[in-house]
This record gives sequence, structure tokens and C-alpha cells, in this order.
Amino acid sequence: MNSLNVSLPGLELKNPIMPASGCFGFGREFSQLYDLSKLGAIMIKATTLEPRFGNPTPRVAETSAGMLNAIGLQNPGLDKVVNEELVWLEQYDVPIIANVAGSQEEDYIAVARKISANRNVHALELNISCPNVKTGGMAFGTIPEIAKNLTKKVKEVSEVPVYVKLSPNVTNIVEMAKAAEDGGADGLTMINTLVGMRIDLKTGKPILANKSGGLSGPAIKPVALRMIYEVSQQVSLPIIGMGGIESAEDVIEYFYAGASAVAVGTANFIDPFVCPKIIDELPELIGKLGYENISECTGRSWNKFEKTSHYCS
Amino acid sequence: MIRQEQCKVISQIKLAENIYELTLQGELVHEMKEPGQFVHLKISEGYDPMLRRPISIAEILPDESQFKMIYRAEGRGTALLSEKKPGDYTDVLGPLGNGFPISVAGRGETALLVGGGIGVPPLYELSKQLVNRGVKVIHVLGFQSASAVFYEEKFARQGETFVATADGSAGTKGFVTDVIKRLNIDFDVLYSCGPTPMLKALENQFPHKKVFLSLEERMGCGIGACFACVCHTGDDPEGYSYKKVCSDGPVFKAGEVVL
Ligand SMILES: Cc1cc2nc3c(=O)[nH]c(=O)nc-3n(C[C@H](O)[C@H](O)[C@H](O)COP(=O)(O)OP(=O)(O)OC[C@H]3O[C@@H](n4cnc5c(N)ncnc54)[C@H](O)[C@@H]3O)c2cc1C
Ligand SMILES: Cc1cc2nc3c(=O)[nH]c(=O)nc-3n(C[C@H](O)[C@H](O)[C@H](O)COP(=O)(O)O)c2cc1C
Ligand code: FES
Repeated sequence: MNSLNVSLPGLELKNPIMPASGCFGFGREFSQLYDLSKLGAIMIKATTLEPRFGNPTPRVAETSAGMLNAIGLQNPGLDKVVNEELVWLEQYDVPIIANVAGSQEEDYIAVARKISANRNVHALELNISCPNVKTGGMAFGTIPEIAKNLTKKVKEVSEVPVYVKLSPNVTNIVEMAKAAEDGGADGLTMINTLVGMRIDLKTGKPILANKSGGLSGPAIKPVALRMIYEVSQQVSLPIIGMGGIESAEDVIEYFYAGASAVAVGTANFIDPFVCPKIIDELPELIGKLGYENISECTGRSWNKFEKTSHYCS
Repeated sequence: MIRQEQCKVISQIKLAENIYELTLQGELVHEMKEPGQFVHLKISEGYDPMLRRPISIAEILPDESQFKMIYRAEGRGTALLSEKKPGDYTDVLGPLGNGFPISVAGRGETALLVGGGIGVPPLYELSKQLVNRGVKVIHVLGFQSASAVFYEEKFARQGETFVATADGSAGTKGFVTDVIKRLNIDFDVLYSCGPTPMLKALENQFPHKKVFLSLEERMGCGIGACFACVCHTGDDPEGYSYKKVCSDGPVFKAGEVVL
């Protein structure tokens, strides 16, 4: 048995490593660097019904062990993503997880319906957690009832399993996760970025043109781990974990917290080869830890039956 | 092709106040073709700083598998870069972006190269390649003050060179645009790199000429994947169409993007 095979709703993954949405575009740039078929899956950039230009620049700022971004969901719009980007991606043997965003319910539904019909799209990631858009996004991700209803509506039209991407900018993450579960979600992805700000000492004003932005990178790893640790014990949905992952050790830590797969975001900017490197390093680490398959690591931090898999019961 | 490589520091020379010339050695030099391309440097291991820093390629020395960069030690990243010593290694991703189109200037034609501050460095490799093609080059280089001037003689060896400083402590007092106007310099193609207000002024001053401008923008990935460095296009200034400074640029034809 391959030690990295992982099976999740809609996703038979050759390994549980995938680039996180927004940190990999639609794959074209990274395809110049390595074979995308090596990846477990690809989470493509958020897609909205209409094209979006996004926010003014500067859109990024460095922080201690992290970065802020306020891209503002720039993307070429549903039609172009389906007719150009997804068609181009078909040449690779890698399942696509489509990140679906919008500012109102109808947008989400329209994008989910059309994009889920694409044969290369194996799952949707419902982005109810982008901190960088003025309308919509955030309310969907912070009010449980709204999140539940949206999940339900999207589930009704989607032809593939739906993973809901949770925002860490809430007081009770378990409540949000349960709302998604009640809405019929097939899985969760977590976490999106934390809202933050940096101020330029020369001008005295925020560095980002949008003023605030989403914090990502190693700085948010402990926040993500704690949230996954809590949610995975109270909700029976598989979790794709993310936040500051940059090594095989980080991946195991996420599995121990309760994740069943992981996504790598910011680290792609620092080392563009980070995903294939982690994939190459994982089997040895798993062997050293005494597991046959990485899934056995899921939930070890709270599971009293060591080495039993959370999802095989 | 873009490569990632640990490049060896060959030399680090202080050229002017806070201005350093760094020479690195690595195989990726052989991928460097166009002047005006840049590299993305991971200056230290760990998170201080975490993101890469974009720096232009100032000179390509293929025979030695070396290239030079000139940078101003300003913030945390560039300050740490200035502490690198010969024999140290630096993680380099590159070459990145599209540089200045040199074939636009024909043999016997005149190219005007206009640089401002830390926008001057990429013009040096450009000047060398143009001269090699039999193009006559004229340089107008702007700096804050005499203490910030670098490479004046090296440029002068390639072609006529005029320096302007904001405080008049070297060359002509004023902006590069003033110098061009006053000397009434005639040219076929203009290439420029420097602060955005300077690029804007040049674009407005020469609406009917062939003008190529190199832009700066804060970057994340540097390869076109994160949408950090996007600008509007000239034909659709309010709309959805865009160019990425890192992968479509950093050099654009005047008017192609909104400055
Ligand atoms: C295509 C390109 C080519 C460049 N070529 C050169 C060069 O040849 N020589 C040179 O001295 N400088 C050059 N710069 C500017 C250089 O990238 C910045 O001076 C440098 O990133 C500052 O880093 P820092 O850590 O010292 O400053 P900090 O202010 O601490 O940096 C914080 C963050 O802001 C970003 N940043 C700050 N200033 C700039 C800037 N002007 N442009 C883009 N990002 C910035 C940094 O990359 C970093 O992510 C170039 C920029 C670009 C985009
Ligand atoms: C530049 C940038 C753009 C992002 N764009 C999106 C996006 O379009 N949709 C989304 O759901 N998350 C987006 N994210 C969030 C990431 O997918 C991820 O959840 C977050 O960055 C945490 O992981 P990391 O620390 O590994 O980056 C973006 C993050 C960054 C840094
Ligand atoms: S820096 Fe990422 S797209 Fe240009």
C-alpha cells in the first residue's frame, strides 16, 4: 500500500498535499517548474461569476513570519475559468478543487452549478471566508445560519462534494463548522487568513491600499492547529488543513491535530518547489513514525486509541 | 527557463552611500537573456525576512557564470543582503519577467536610456547589449545627490552620459526630464527604469516615440501566480483586464499599462 494514498469525499488522492487557493493561480506558472501531476490535487484561485479586478496595490505586506494580502479575489470570471483554465489543466493527472466565491447567494449558486459540471473538478471549496471583499464573503463565513443556508443551496446544485472553507475570524469556530455540517457539507477546509494590518512608519498610514488584509504563513499555524483540533473532535467531516505549512513535519502535525489532507499556501512563494519536496519527504517520515499510511495519523493528538484511523471506523 | 539555485557570492562592493554591487555565480546565469529581467532573492533562511526580494539584473557575465546586481540597502531585507560576504550563498529564483526589447532599436539608431536612483542598474546590461548591436546610446541618470551616484564612468564608456541630481550636488540640478528637454536630445527609442512619477513624466513627454518603461510593484510570488503585482491596462483603465508586473513585465511599452 502506498503510504500517501488518501481517500476523501470526491477525492481519491495519490497524496494529501495540494497547493492552497490563491497561492498557485491556475497552475500555469508552476507548470514551468515541475510536473503538476505530482500533486495530490490543486485548489484553484477563487472563481466568481463575473471577472474581478480586485483591490488597488500594494496588495501584499510582509509581517513577522507571515504576510498580509488583500488581493480582493481577482480572477477572470466563471466563463474564462471554465473555458480556458480548466481546459488547460486537463492535460495533468490531478484532481481540481474549485474555490467558489461571490458577494451574494445567487453568485455562489451560479458558479457552483457550472463549475461542478466540469469533469476535471472533483470537489468544490466554498469560500465563505475571504476577508478582502467589501460585500458578502465575510457575513457568509461568520454567521452560522447564513453559512448553513448557503451550504445547503450550493449542495443542491453541485454535482461534486462540497467542502466549506472556514474563516478563523470568528469567536466560535466549532459553531461555524457545525453549521456547515448541518447545511450538508461533505468536508471542511480550514483555515482562511486572519484579518490584520501593518502601518508604514514613513507615511503613518496602512501599507496595504485596502488598509487591512489576510494574514497567512507560519505565524498562523498554531491558530489553525488549535481550530482543527477542536473542530475535528466535534464534527464528523474530513478536514483539509492549511496555515503556514512548509515541511513534512508540519503536515504530520496537522494530521495529528485532526486533518485528513493539507494545503500549502504562502510557502509556495518562498520555495516554489515546496509541494513536490514535501511529497518526496513524507514517506520516509511516515515510516520512521511507524505508520503504514498517513491517514493513521489523523486525530492522534486527541484520539485515545493510538494508531487507529479516525475515518476507517 | 526559471531556475532556483544557491548562488555563490563572488564580491560585495559598496559603490555609494547605502548602494552595493553584489556579484553572484551560478548556472542560472545561462538562462538570462534579456536586459531588464530580475531575480527573486531569499536573503536569509527562516523568516527574517520571509518573502523573497525582487532585484534587477545589472550585468550578465556568461563566461564566468556570474551576474551583478546593484541595490540600495534600505529595509530589513536589503540591509541583510549587504552583510553577505564572498563565499556565502544566496537562494536565487530567476531569471524572471520580460526585459527591454533590444531589437526595437536598429543598427545606427539612437537609444536614450533614462534611469532614476535604483532604477539605473538594469540599464547597464541594456546599454552593453545595445552597443553590441551597433546602437548608439545616450544615458541620462538621475540621483538624489552626489553621494548616491554610481556607475557614471561605466556608463560613460558605453556612450554619452548625463547626470542629474535633485540637490544639484552632482551634474545638473533637477530631474532627468529637465535634462532631456534642455539638451534637446534626439533619439529613436527610449528605455527607462525608475520611480513611477519619472516614468509618467517620460510617457507624457514623448507620446509619439517608442518608449519602454520598467515598473516596480510589491510582489509575493514573483512568477505570476498570486496576483499581488497587478496593474490596469491602458486600453481598459477601469475594467477587468490586467497585466502582472512580475510575469508580463516588469518592462512594458508606454501606454500598455496604467502607471
Ligand atoms: C522588478 C523589480 C526590480 C527591482 N530592482 C531593484 C534593483 O535593481 N535595485 C534595488 O535597490 N531595488 C530594486 N527593486 C526594489 C527592491 O525590491 C526593494 O528595494 C526591496 O524589496 C526592499 O526590501 P527591504 O526588505 O529592504 O525593504 P522593506 O521595506 O523592509 O520590505 C518590505 C516588503 O516590501 C517590499 N518592497 C519594499 N520596497 C519595494 C519596492 N521599491 N519595490 C518592490 N517591493 C518593495 C519588499 O520586497 C518586502 O516584501 C526592484 C523591485 C522590483 C519590483
Ligand atoms: C496571496 C493569497 C491569495 C489567496 N487567495 C485565496 C482565494 O482566492 N481563495 C481562498 O479561499 N483563499 C485564498 N487565500 C488563503 C489561502 O488559501 C490559505 O487559506 C491561507 O493563506 C493559509 O495558508 P498558508 O498559511 O499556507 O498560506 C489566499 C492566500 C494568499 C496568501
Ligand atoms: S508577484 Fe505574484 S503575481 Fe506578480
